[in-house]
Amino acid sequence: MNLVFYLLAALTVAGGLAAMLLKNTVHCALALTVAFAGLALLYLDLDAQFAGFAQLLIYVGAVAILVVFAILLTKGSETPKDGVFSRTWLAGLAVAAAVFAVLAWSILQSVSRLTQAAKAPAVTVQQIGVALISRYVLPLEIVAVLLTVALIGAVIVAMHEKEGGAQ
Amino acid sequence: MIETADQIFVLLLHWLVSFLPASWQSVASAVLCAAAIVCFFPALFAFTVWLERKGLGRMQNRLGPNRVGPFGLLQPIADGIKSLTKEDIVPLSADAAVHFLAPVVLVVTVFMGFAVLPMGRNMVLVDLDAGLLFYFAMGASTELAVFMAGWSSRNKYSLLGAMRAVAQMISYEVVLLLSSVVVVMITGSLSLTRIVEAQNHYTWGLPHWYIFTPWGLAGFVMYAIAATAETNRSPFDLPEGESELVAGYHTEYSGFKFALFFLGEYVAMFSISGLGTTLFLGGWSAPFSFLTWVPSWIWFFSKLMLSIFVFIWLRGTLPRLRQDQLMNFAWKFVLPMCLLNLLVTGLWRFLGDGWLRWVVCSAILLLAYVGIALGEQRRKHIGPRSYRYAE
Amino acid sequence: MTPLAGFLLVAALLFSIGLAGALTRRNAILVLIGIELMLNAANLNLIAFWRYGPHPEALTGMMFAIFSIAVAAAEAAVGLGLVISIHRHAHTTDLDLMNRMKG
Repeated sequence: MNLVFYLLAALTVAGGLAAMLLKNTVHCALALTVAFAGLALLYLDLDAQFAGFAQLLIYVGAVAILVVFAILLTKGSETPKDGVFSRTWLAGLAVAAAVFAVLAWSILQSVSRLTQAAKAPAVTVQQIGVALISRYVLPLEIVAVLLTVALIGAVIVAMHEKEGGAQ
Repeated sequence: MIETADQIFVLLLHWLVSFLPASWQSVASAVLCAAAIVCFFPALFAFTVWLERKGLGRMQNRLGPNRVGPFGLLQPIADGIKSLTKEDIVPLSADAAVHFLAPVVLVVTVFMGFAVLPMGRNMVLVDLDAGLLFYFAMGASTELAVFMAGWSSRNKYSLLGAMRAVAQMISYEVVLLLSSVVVVMITGSLSLTRIVEAQNHYTWGLPHWYIFTPWGLAGFVMYAIAATAETNRSPFDLPEGESELVAGYHTEYSGFKFALFFLGEYVAMFSISGLGTTLFLGGWSAPFSFLTWVPSWIWFFSKLMLSIFVFIWLRGTLPRLRQDQLMNFAWKFVLPMCLLNLLVTGLWRFLGDGWLRWVVCSAILLLAYVGIALGEQRRKHIGPRSYRYAE
Repeated sequence: MTPLAGFLLVAALLFSIGLAGALTRRNAILVLIGIELMLNAANLNLIAFWRYGPHPEALTGMMFAIFSIAVAAAEAAVGLGLVISIHRHAHTTDLDLMNRMKG
């Protein structure tokens, strides 16, 4: 529980809070990017280098830009006149608070029973590659198909429909 | 003596760090290396600005700057003083925080890429096992800075330039990654030092650089195209084309922030050329086995400056591509060639040593290139104009 | 408090922040942002348990997290495509105004 962990955790949580509380949608998306970067650094703190760099590459480099483009294409940078929070915000907040209470209680109750690894596992990229091809080859192929389907589906869903003929 | 010249920076680092107690030494050595990178590459940037202006001038049949200092060599200093002393104008309706942070984020992420480039034997700042992945992660973060700059200026030209730039960078990011994957396939490691060491062997005096293999040549050409597009250089510089978009996403920036964008673009060029050198041109290894007495860092920086010269040459020679032509090119031509290159690299690996794999791989790549190019040509039959206004 | 508990608490906090945002914000894109935060919090949980769990050399947690990242990216793409399509039809992304099935 060193200083680095506290700083990174504070950065990530601040990013998450800002992403949910700010009025300007683009600021929310940028705060989300800060939260993603903070999470990537937390993965590096946990000696998961491949996951950390993959998180940076995929989330900061692609998902954040996707969110930002979607905000621009839906004119999200204009603030709505009725405020940014829904009419039923209190119920949502109560549910989220209850979820956090349950999770935190269960973590703190079981903290004495959680095991501690002695040293960091030295995971090389080659081990990950071998695992992907040998033990996890089925999920790998399924994720490949899933990504192709999602790509084609997203393009079709968001495509302009030509008025007049059916496409 | 040759060893000393080759390792002179490493020895200098060790000597400087030996003055500190043992617990501080690793931190101090990292800080010193990072400081060296942060000081050296902007100096190289100043030299490259001069080289570009003189080089472009000569290619365009004019002299280029020649008043400030001999041959105009002090021109970058004059440019620097001008940028630093200009008034920093921020538009009233601009989003001040994001407007300020955009050049900062750009410069930080661009400099982070240098941490994994091996600039000489034993001269890499951090020898990461997943070094190539780290580099691409930093490159992907650059796009967000471009978007931040364009959006925060609250200017239609800036926003348009930013969206074009991001769309272009995303398309060519895929090409960049796929053309580097072939190198990883053959080397078997994402670590850049391992990739250079795998190319550091010689047969009959010629090196085993990956560019001298069919898949390596194809990969290098596609990497070069993607690198030109990633750094928004001509012929892919529509996002910052002066005749179209004023200055694209950095229209509303003046003074030091504009200088930071300029610095960021050129340092990104160095960074991506450095990676291309490492992946395909053998990094710090010498071109012939009788030249290995020359220090390794001299070879790395010579290849880097050669790549920069090719960038400048391209800028002076080729006309600008339109946005839709650019994206068409990326998704419909270069990406299928990249995927075919992956297949060809797999074949290369499994056909075993000998002349057969050279013939088969070269034949497949050449036929595909010629076939797709001819197919594209035939589709573009230009008939009489059928529309009244451009769509 | 052990390091593992620290990471799990951060993950729980991020998850509830994401959940709160997804349940209270009006803009559909912000709901999707909340969902992405929740997915990331779950990933942090996975990696923390991988690191401090009994068999880190089996790589199960890391693999799960990597696949989760890929699937979350796909889901974000499709979700945002849907939001863009709905905006084109209803000219708004305000979820409070989209409370009817009739188009």
